[in-house]
Amino acid sequence: MTHILSVSVLNKPGVLTRVAGLFSRRNFNIESLNVGKTENPEISRMTIVVHGDEKTLEQVTKQLHKLINVLKIKELDQNQIVERDLILIRVKCTRKQRSEIIQIADTFRAQIVDVAADSLMIEATGTQDKLEALTELLRDFGIAEFVRTGIVALSRGQAVER
Amino acid sequence: MPKLNGGQIIIESLKKENVDVVFGYPGGAVINLYDALFSSSLKHYLGRHEQGVIHAADGYARSTGKVGVCIATSGPGGTNLVTGLATAQMDSVPIVAFTGQVPSSLIGKDAFQEADITGISLPITKHNFLVTDIKDLPRTIKEAFYIARTGRPGPVLIDLAKDVTQAEMEFEYPDSIDLPGYRPTFEGHKLQINKAAKAINSAKKPLLYVGGGAVISGADQEIRALVEKAKIPITTTLMGLGIYPEDKELALEMLGMHGTQYANLATTEADLLIAVGARFDDRVTGKLDEFAADADIVQIDIDPAEIGKNVDVTVPIVGDIKTVLNELLPHIDEKEMGEWQQRIKELKEKYPLKYEDDGSEVIKPQYVMEEIDKFTDGDATIVTEVGQHQMWAAQFHKYQKPRQFLTSGGLGTMGYGLPAAIGAQIGQPDEKVILIAGDGSIQMNLQELGTAQTYNIPIKVLIFNNNYLGMVRQWQEFFFDKRYASTKIPAPDFIKMADAYGIWAKRVEKKSELDAALKEAMEHNGPVVLDIKIPEEENVYPMVPAGAGLKDMIGG
Ligand SMILES: Cc1cc2nc3c(=O)[nH]c(=O)nc-3n(C[C@H](O)[C@H](O)[C@H](O)COP(=O)(O)OP(=O)(O)OC[C@H]3O[C@@H](n4cnc5c(N)ncnc54)[C@H](O)[C@@H]3O)c2cc1C
Ligand SMILES: Cc1ncc(C[n+]2csc(CCOP(=O)(O)OP(=O)(O)O)c2C)c(N)n1
Repeated sequence: MTHILSVSVLNKPGVLTRVAGLFSRRNFNIESLNVGKTENPEISRMTIVVHGDEKTLEQVTKQLHKLINVLKIKELDQNQIVERDLILIRVKCTRKQRSEIIQIADTFRAQIVDVAADSLMIEATGTQDKLEALTELLRDFGIAEFVRTGIVALSRGQAVER
Repeated sequence: MPKLNGGQIIIESLKKENVDVVFGYPGGAVINLYDALFSSSLKHYLGRHEQGVIHAADGYARSTGKVGVCIATSGPGGTNLVTGLATAQMDSVPIVAFTGQVPSSLIGKDAFQEADITGISLPITKHNFLVTDIKDLPRTIKEAFYIARTGRPGPVLIDLAKDVTQAEMEFEYPDSIDLPGYRPTFEGHKLQINKAAKAINSAKKPLLYVGGGAVISGADQEIRALVEKAKIPITTTLMGLGIYPEDKELALEMLGMHGTQYANLATTEADLLIAVGARFDDRVTGKLDEFAADADIVQIDIDPAEIGKNVDVTVPIVGDIKTVLNELLPHIDEKEMGEWQQRIKELKEKYPLKYEDDGSEVIKPQYVMEEIDKFTDGDATIVTEVGQHQMWAAQFHKYQKPRQFLTSGGLGTMGYGLPAAIGAQIGQPDEKVILIAGDGSIQMNLQELGTAQTYNIPIKVLIFNNNYLGMVRQWQEFFFDKRYASTKIPAPDFIKMADAYGIWAKRVEKKSELDAALKEAMEHNGPVVLDIKIPEEENVYPMVPAGAGLKDMIGG
């Protein structure tokens, strides 16, 4: 089971090491971890994707709570969130293949951010599923390099009542 | 307001925290702090190795319940603290450790005696701080003490860049704490407390399983009230020894790998296990699915992460034990002794702790423990090293009060005992403090005899000398066909060695000499070493082999 945790932490020195160290020390698997600033300059938000059953998740959460600089932990309900992941892919391509790749990129609302003689770089954001579909299609051309940021996510606001 | 330098600010802050004793070892990075100590009223004890220094602070903390404070310099000073930090972390002991660090402008440059001690100690402290600006110093110290002593206690390290102890500012100690990410829960949830009361009132075979948390919480009176009101039999972990007098009818003493057979059988038969500040350690549970398999479980712990960590819990209560028990007690029905209590009595009669004694002059270690119990009216503080002697000390002495038995349980640190005994004696000058040591363990921090001698700390060091790393030898005997790989360990002549330190010592080789030697040792006004020869291949029984169920004990 994949879980997405949104963790607010105080911006103190070493807080990232503390969180990351806790995962490896307690034998929990992180799929991705993202840190960024928030509306409050003293607080950062980490978005952590972990694998594990409910029991593992419970231990992860409780152990995280014990870190002095961790303020709040929320497991995000995957049906109630906006999640984004950003990917940069450099695809090998001949002059002839260029327009085909650009078409694929368009379908995914991805952008071409670099053009070279024998490759194109594509930037795309979206959900994990969308990015995986895009990567799959581009694989036929040969992927020279790619990098993904990992998920950032926030819960949606309350539904608007009519 | 006059300005103080960083060193002086630390001293003033320690006074605000009611610290009057510190343990330490100087060096370049803390020289300013030592200069401030030199003219202060704080009593500083100089150890002989930083590991000794921190274990002494630990022994002081465990025996008094106060925060232990220690100081080490940068680099090797800090790294020598590592085992002591891990020992305290595993057993939830409140310590504030100050380390020197290279000047802030040199941090990260592999400067002389630089080691990243906050990085190194991250997983073995409750929290740690690096201070690079004197403005942060008083607040950091305030937070460190608060974190160390509240909630589930633990060691906190403060690393001090050298320029921080040199710089000056006006001193003001904060009155309040602002730690939005740290809010321990003390009061139990009302609904859960009611559920626990119901479970206890309706149980036919309830059993209290009490651990170190009850000692930390100071809940001995409440535990006693619970046992006596509802006639609930009680077993304790190694860390909980003494929370309830062990000579009482309902006391089953220690459970687990080397626990009593009656405690382990009672655990197996119980229909309700009430875990109080005990963390279901593998040395206690043995095979998990057989542990208290017929019992519902009520667990009270201040650390939510301990609840349900190893076993599924029927009624979890997060909170401080003393507080929770005081809430719980009025809801508990008064009961008379019944069938279950009768069964407990039977188990105790049928499977007593025992050992063979052929009536010869051989000195059995179990016998020594019984004699010590007699000699001191069961009143002394017993400190141990780690190994067989530790288990005999746990089994064959009947503990009467909390904080009477000090031992490294979670980490099992050989070398803990001698310095911890020194610290305990410093904390409780009027107590008799007796160290039970193995000939292996004592050699790990032997240098601390120097500390005992310098300050004339009247600890009684009893070496149970079997010429072996006995606990490991026992495993080799049972599980490795007596292949005693590297467990025969030579030792110096302990009498000459003690003599070299100026410490009174005596060798005891015959049973008939024991009482006189003990008497002399107890009456001697200063530290003492007794080198007691015990059989080389004596074993600790009963024993649950690692991974077996509690009912499958060997021997006893
Ligand atoms: C050679 C050797 C053999 C051993 N054999 C045995 C054995 O046979 N039997 C045995 O029992 N142990 C044995 N041990 C010790 C064992 O390894 C563990 O250290 C011990 O069992 C843990 O004790 P505990 O469960 O009481 O937990 P502790 O480590 O004492 O933990 C205390 C618990 O209380 C909680 N707590 C703290 N303060 C409070 C508060 N104010 N309110 C509420 N909760 C609080 C903490 O969160 C924690 O969960 C052995 C050790 C060695 C070295
Ligand atoms: C620092 C450290 N190293 C190794 C061990 C592993 N160990 C556990 S008990 C033991 C033997 C202890 O021997 P001794 O102190 O002579 O006590 P005995 O068992 O003979 O009573 C050893 C080596 C340990 N617990 N701690």
